[in-house]
Amino acid sequence: MKDLQTSFIRTESALLVLLLLTVLAALGSLCLGAVSISPGEVAGALLGRGDGPSAQIVFYARLPRTCGCLLAGAGLAVSGTVIQSVLENPLAAPNVIGVNAGAGLLTAVCAALWPASPSAAPFAAFLGALGGVLLVLFVSERTGASRMTLVLAGVSVSGMFGAGIDAILTFYPDALNGYTDFRVGGMANLSMARIIPAFWVAFPAFLLVLSLSGELDILLLGGETARSLGLRARPLRLVLLTLAAALAGAAVSFAGLLGFVGLIAPHIMRRLVGEDSSARLLLAAAMGGAALLTLCDILARTLFAPYELPVGVVLSLLGGPFFLWLLLRQRRRRGMGRA
Amino acid sequence: MLELKNVSAGYPGRTVLRNVSLDACPGRVLALLGPNGCGKSTLIRTAAGLQPALSGEILLDGKPLRDYSSRQAAQRIAYLPQSRAVPGITARRMVLHGRFPYLSYPRRYRQEDYAAVDQALFQADAAELADCLLPELSGGQRQKVYLAMALAQETETILMDEPTTYLDVRHQMETLRLSRRLAAEGRAVVLVLHDICLALEMADEIAVLGEGRLLALGGPEDIYRSKVLERVMRVCLSRAASPRGWRYFCELPEEG
Repeated sequence: MKDLQTSFIRTESALLVLLLLTVLAALGSLCLGAVSISPGEVAGALLGRGDGPSAQIVFYARLPRTCGCLLAGAGLAVSGTVIQSVLENPLAAPNVIGVNAGAGLLTAVCAALWPASPSAAPFAAFLGALGGVLLVLFVSERTGASRMTLVLAGVSVSGMFGAGIDAILTFYPDALNGYTDFRVGGMANLSMARIIPAFWVAFPAFLLVLSLSGELDILLLGGETARSLGLRARPLRLVLLTLAAALAGAAVSFAGLLGFVGLIAPHIMRRLVGEDSSARLLLAAAMGGAALLTLCDILARTLFAPYELPVGVVLSLLGGPFFLWLLLRQRRRRGMGRA
Repeated sequence: MLELKNVSAGYPGRTVLRNVSLDACPGRVLALLGPNGCGKSTLIRTAAGLQPALSGEILLDGKPLRDYSSRQAAQRIAYLPQSRAVPGITARRMVLHGRFPYLSYPRRYRQEDYAAVDQALFQADAAELADCLLPELSGGQRQKVYLAMALAQETETILMDEPTTYLDVRHQMETLRLSRRLAAEGRAVVLVLHDICLALEMADEIAVLGEGRLLALGGPEDIYRSKVLERVMRVCLSRAASPRGWRYFCELPEEG
């Protein structure tokens, strides 16, 4: 019992540390950049006092950017956690299985056809992400796919959707301003008008996922056991993946095709808070993803200031090696007969 | 009480067993025996409602099983599959999930659920494993945890598909003793077993499956005398009296 209490306290304190980290990252993101602004000035600007250039920067550049990072990071990380659990595949993540690309394609279509209504983008992105998810679910159910098959299917799905994005941008070159940013994921030129509709897609989806965390726990026991406990696994998988699509789609609609947050954050969080309770894992993923993306974005805009890198570049530099490490670990496990 | 009436089990286009009728009665241990691939697991999964019967009727307390919602069925039948996922969670958490059928959305475990878990862990002799992570346990220890989970489900009927796999001889016997104890508490216990000697020694009733049907159903004494097991398993059975009842022995027939 004592061990259990210790582990409970450890998990709780891990969540607290994550919360603190997220707040600090957000504060850093408001203060740091090409021009450094003191926390006092930031606070003043946020409270509506002060109207100098730094207040302008905080209000129109840093605040949307910080909110965007927090939302996209949390959305993608939670989406990745859900996708990994539902597909029982540690290599799965929204960018790996084609969910991000699907969302990107419909965001591009939306931007090309209805350039005047940015608030439609998150909904379109959700539909695109859903398309990606359903395609992958279909493949995995049809072939009883191994982990690798699923990843390869994701690669081909991403490739097709990516070609679609490129085709649209050939015909409508101005549809997505900052094409490179969109392709690799970037937070430059964000406005609250693009973030708020995405928030209203992502937030309810997050609450619903959280309310289904008990079911997610049971799903981890395997389909057979889940059903013997009275859980209707198939419809539940569909619901959870739909919610994961909403979360990833909302993020992609304004942040572009960000890779690897949805892969890295869930893995780190599993190590940090364990897998005993999906509810805690989801909360940790939300905060961890938000903090990770925000910190990467701070790096992206301060490393070569006054030039800035799209945050997706920084993420890929971190995420690529991480993914390779995961692949190697998978292989080692298979070698031990525990694949 | 779980009753199978003329049930045919299998998969669309491939019937594995035809016209099986048997009952899982409270207070009794029923063992399903038969050679590999005879459909023992298919039958027990069908009885658990995890796959539809191809024909015939499955009744639970007099009402068709399909009329129960999956949650209601899970409050009455526990099922231990042959192979299971090994999630990275603690044993206590695993056992706690046995209480899942009793929770309604949004599924928060209650004080009484934790109490049931402690009792189930104790009953399955797994109390000291409670705080260990499942992947770190041995096969036998894990089996105890799964058993505790089925106990925490507090069902009238428990179906177990080869519960003694991975277990050393002592743990095998302990598992079967636990089955007897559960039956003594008034539950219906159905086991798929490979060890026919152990089954003859401890089951109240034995169903012999083979050749796509139920070949025999009866008490160990009748089944032994009918020699149906020897025929279907192609072995020689013998027995000797011991202070604690009959001990059964199994060997290959003489060659030639």
